[in-house]
Amino acid sequence: METIIKWWDELMSNEIWFYSLTTVAKLVLMFAVILAFVVISVWIERRVAGWIQDRPGPNRAGLPLFLLKRFGSKQQQPLKSWLQFFGVPETCWIAKLCKWLRFDREIPLLGLIQPCLDGGKLFLKQETTPDYVRRLYFIAAPMLVLGPPLVAAAVVPFSSHVDTCYGAIQMCVANLNIGPLWIFAISGLSVYGLTLAGWSSNSKFPFIGGLRATAQLISYEVAMGLAIIPLLMIFGTLNLQDIVQYQADNGWTLLPVWGEGLGIERWLLMLPLLISFVVFVTCVFAEANRTPFDMAECETDLVGGYHTEYSSMKFASFFMGEYAAMVIGSAVVVTLFLGGWSVGFGADAALAAYCDWLAVLCQFIAFLVKLLAFIFFFVWVRWTLPRFRWDQVMKLGWLVFLEVTVANIFLTAAILYFVK
Amino acid sequence: MSYIHIKRPKFSILDKIYVVELVKGLALTFKHLALSVCHKSRGRDDFNSHGIGVCMEFPETRWDERLPEYYRGAPTLVHGEDGRERCVSCQLCEFICPARAIRVVPGAVSPDSTCQKQEKAPAEFEIDMLRCIYCGMCQEVCPEQAIFLSKEYLITPTDRSQAVRNKETLYRLGGTRKGLVNKWNEHK
Repeated sequence: METIIKWWDELMSNEIWFYSLTTVAKLVLMFAVILAFVVISVWIERRVAGWIQDRPGPNRAGLPLFLLKRFGSKQQQPLKSWLQFFGVPETCWIAKLCKWLRFDREIPLLGLIQPCLDGGKLFLKQETTPDYVRRLYFIAAPMLVLGPPLVAAAVVPFSSHVDTCYGAIQMCVANLNIGPLWIFAISGLSVYGLTLAGWSSNSKFPFIGGLRATAQLISYEVAMGLAIIPLLMIFGTLNLQDIVQYQADNGWTLLPVWGEGLGIERWLLMLPLLISFVVFVTCVFAEANRTPFDMAECETDLVGGYHTEYSSMKFASFFMGEYAAMVIGSAVVVTLFLGGWSVGFGADAALAAYCDWLAVLCQFIAFLVKLLAFIFFFVWVRWTLPRFRWDQVMKLGWLVFLEVTVANIFLTAAILYFVK
Repeated sequence: MSYIHIKRPKFSILDKIYVVELVKGLALTFKHLALSVCHKSRGRDDFNSHGIGVCMEFPETRWDERLPEYYRGAPTLVHGEDGRERCVSCQLCEFICPARAIRVVPGAVSPDSTCQKQEKAPAEFEIDMLRCIYCGMCQEVCPEQAIFLSKEYLITPTDRSQAVRNKETLYRLGGTRKGLVNKWNEHK
């Protein structure tokens, strides 16, 4: 035991080992969080779609009780056996509650098992690759779509830092000084996946879909980059961890109600920040290829868009890539505008003073909650707005957002310069 | 050829900015969402749903009592109220059936029948429920009012041979119909 502790001590005292091990741990955590959120957001999408359209959505898939042979088959109603086993009469409120929760057949868990079953179904589907495709690029395309969002997640901070006896651990995989730029650069790469998918399918609808995806992503990348310049002017840094720390100290970007430096300037800055927020969120929708901007895969004109020719897990990769892009987009919006991991109202400093690890845990949970809320917003908008027309999308990107964001930069500069 | 000028609606500045309409839309969908989550969707009583939306959740709640008068389910054969089997095996239904689901083999009228006036009665009468499209043409064409579409909609055979309904099954499902068909009475 002594030797193990000593070995561990020596290992962690080595700076390189310490850095590598903590990074790998963070990497695994971030990866798990994103993949879990991809699954959960599919479930949220389907349930919320159902609720908005006055349907229950997928609420059936659960843990079937008939697997427990001890309590009878599906036909024999396991609930009755259960109740008899514990001696509860059927008119009792417990029995009624169980019936209301549908425990008489299975444990439905709100249908949370549904995404797993969807995944299983897609996995078991027949894989067909048409003869006329460019095989190499056809296979590479889904990977190129799924990969970038996962890589871009590296710079998103999910918690503040912890000081251990071996050194401080920053709670983001890579604490780069070019945070937003990294995200834009990497998520811009996913356009290659869409374009290659469209082109290598060697069929007309995927081709048009790929072209649309290219044009749309490139157009909105411009406005997206310009939209966050006012923020960077205010924060004065590109390091996402520092940006979130600034928000924890001085109030979230869109909620500056605590911290130091509250004054007329902050309230005046709300106007350009709000404009930035609206433009940035719209661009994130366009970047993630979500309705109302899912021009690249709109069924009415393009069958399935760039993934028309794909099947089985290749299609699932596109599907997961779309949701991963949505999760990362939400994470970026939350980080830049809604305070990232910050619990808010000055609670971060108090928690950190009390216990580092507790603070980190609370902040992690706060981050996940905000992320979920924003994913819900994504879904909510999808089932509210109809799809734009292609020329409207281009007009909005080039004729409205570009001008608005440039004007916004000057407005912010003026406020920062004159109001002091 | 004349040109028709379609009058486009004039959009105000507010409409063009789109944000107000967007918020209105979001509020509307959120109202539906909230009502669904609270199990209070409007119109839930019409379908006896759990209240999460207005869906009738099938195995628990069923259409049975709510089926409209004109619902077309599985076709069946009926007895008259005098106990006579109404079908005279004219095979019109077999000829009209667009899906060719019906097969009739005509036979003699059974000697213990109360009415011996008609020449034929079906020896065999089969309807293949896998072919039937529930169009109701057989009911419409039948001169004897012998075949009716019931309101049965749960037709779940486990193999193809089970899906073919024979004469006994059809009569059992059809039951007896009120209203005399006087064609074969002694009054005529």
